[in-house]
Amino acid sequence: MDNGEQVIEVSGLRRRYGPAKGDGFEAVRGISFSVARGEVFALLGTNGAGKTSTVELLEGLAEPSGGRVRVLGHDPYRDRARVRSRIGVMLQEGGFPSELTVAETARMWAGCTTGARPVGEALETVGLAPRANVRVKQLSGGERRRLDLAMALLGRPEVLFLDEPTTGLDAEGRRDTWRLVRELRSTGTTVLLTTHYLEEAEQLADRLAIMRAGRIVVSGTPAEVTATRPSRIRFTLPEEVPPARLPLSLRAAADGRRVEIRTERLQEALTELLLWARREDVELEGLDARSASLEEAFLEIAHGDPADHEGLGGHEETTDATHTARPAKAGAR
Amino acid sequence: MSATDTTPTTDTSPGEATASLRRMRALARAELTLLVRNRTAMFTALLMPLAMVLFMRSTVEQLSLGNTGLSTTGLVMTGGIAMVLIFVVYTNLIPTYVSRREELVLKRLRTGEVRDGEILAGTSLPVTVLALLQCVVLVAAGATLLDMSPPERPELLLLGVLLGLVLMVLAAAVTAVFTRTAESSQITALPLVMVSFIGSGVFVPLEVMPDRMADVMRLLPMTPVIDLVRYGWFGGGEPGEVLRAVGVAVVWSVASVFAVRRWFRWEPRR
Repeated sequence: MDNGEQVIEVSGLRRRYGPAKGDGFEAVRGISFSVARGEVFALLGTNGAGKTSTVELLEGLAEPSGGRVRVLGHDPYRDRARVRSRIGVMLQEGGFPSELTVAETARMWAGCTTGARPVGEALETVGLAPRANVRVKQLSGGERRRLDLAMALLGRPEVLFLDEPTTGLDAEGRRDTWRLVRELRSTGTTVLLTTHYLEEAEQLADRLAIMRAGRIVVSGTPAEVTATRPSRIRFTLPEEVPPARLPLSLRAAADGRRVEIRTERLQEALTELLLWARREDVELEGLDARSASLEEAFLEIAHGDPADHEGLGGHEETTDATHTARPAKAGAR
Repeated sequence: MSATDTTPTTDTSPGEATASLRRMRALARAELTLLVRNRTAMFTALLMPLAMVLFMRSTVEQLSLGNTGLSTTGLVMTGGIAMVLIFVVYTNLIPTYVSRREELVLKRLRTGEVRDGEILAGTSLPVTVLALLQCVVLVAAGATLLDMSPPERPELLLLGVLLGLVLMVLAAAVTAVFTRTAESSQITALPLVMVSFIGSGVFVPLEVMPDRMADVMRLLPMTPVIDLVRYGWFGGGEPGEVLRAVGVAVVWSVASVFAVRRWFRWEPRR
């Protein structure tokens, strides 16, 4: 297989629930991205941003209301028989009969999977072998997630879809899952995951996209994403110095005596500020300067702080009243 | 894994047929385990038909069969087959489909290779096989214990039972569409159960009804099944009557398949 192969291709993808006009809700509003073979790609966003709705379209569980999806070159909805044997899926909420044991569940799943690996081995990889004879209803939330992951891996998939794989796991379980994802990546498996956890995306993802209100607001490598965010300088001015005296070129925003400066050129702005302070003999109380972290980038983008839209350039994101009206989610955590 | 890549039309190739059987067997095995662990379901599957047959016997004995050519025992036994179809398959499968849907099992299964039809069929296998066995027991018991003659045309009897099984599975899937919880299936199942009891000749043979009424009743889903069972067991049934019965059953099946494809929900309503 050539290295540049795009395993997942999405363009102009839309998903609407309910009627086309009026009461309907468009959860995915024209997104485009692609994932190359062997890549780990993370979809980030708050609840209701459209992550799960998007992943379900990639998994072929629903038909898009607009746009195009290709997984391994096929339409995952219309051509699912061709795609299913080559992908592994872990839904946000597992669905296994509660009265079956772990081993019985795995046996059922293996019977439905082409070229399934041995059940014992699959449970071993996720550390569930000692719980093989326990009923699913008696498993902890974390153990259920791991069972779900084991089932997703049963057919040695080329592409793995993980919808919030570590939600409900403790720190150790989360690290184990990360290790598993890295191992899979090293063997060439393509992984698309959604997550709330910034650390998870930073740890695992080669590239990521942050979604808000059904759109991709920013995407790229973790470094690229943070680079799109302005750095921040914060300080408090002495009472006798009005913010208006600050150099205009700093584009400072003041709230009383507290001042915040956002800049793409941190060093330059900071130098100018400090030189001004020495010249004017002003003490900058609580001076704090930092470049953006992925977490900051995420929080700002995901919560749609209207003040930073100009910094995004190119994305036609505007304050959209409908993004607060999310579809009610059963079992939301 | 490459098998699916090299065969252009996967549905008909022998490899795909084997894979399809393997998947349904895996589902059926899991479902059988679940059935054995579910006391209510086991109770309805094993004891309900027996209880209903005994109850029916006492009711039918008060019926004046006059010159309908039917015996009390015969009526009870064919009614028994209807009971098995209704209580072992129909009323048992609705809560199964509903709870698998609500537990997100159906949604999870659909992310895998198993096809929609295989999910519904595989899930229904344990109860359909159980029902088939009970029908065999009824026929055998009739011949050995109740001095009934063995079936006149076993192939018609078998056809009736098989059509009945298919219809009941499909009807359960259709009923699951408007059944929210496993418990409420006790109510949503009632219309078909009652209509079949009253109109399809389970308790009251159509022969004792006015002709025009009987003609309408023959269009109900369960009537052709019972007619075929009766023709098969006791003889009678002109070729035209047999054909009409098969026709009505097929029309109901096709309509149900359409309804399931159109309206069956694979995940809970949100």
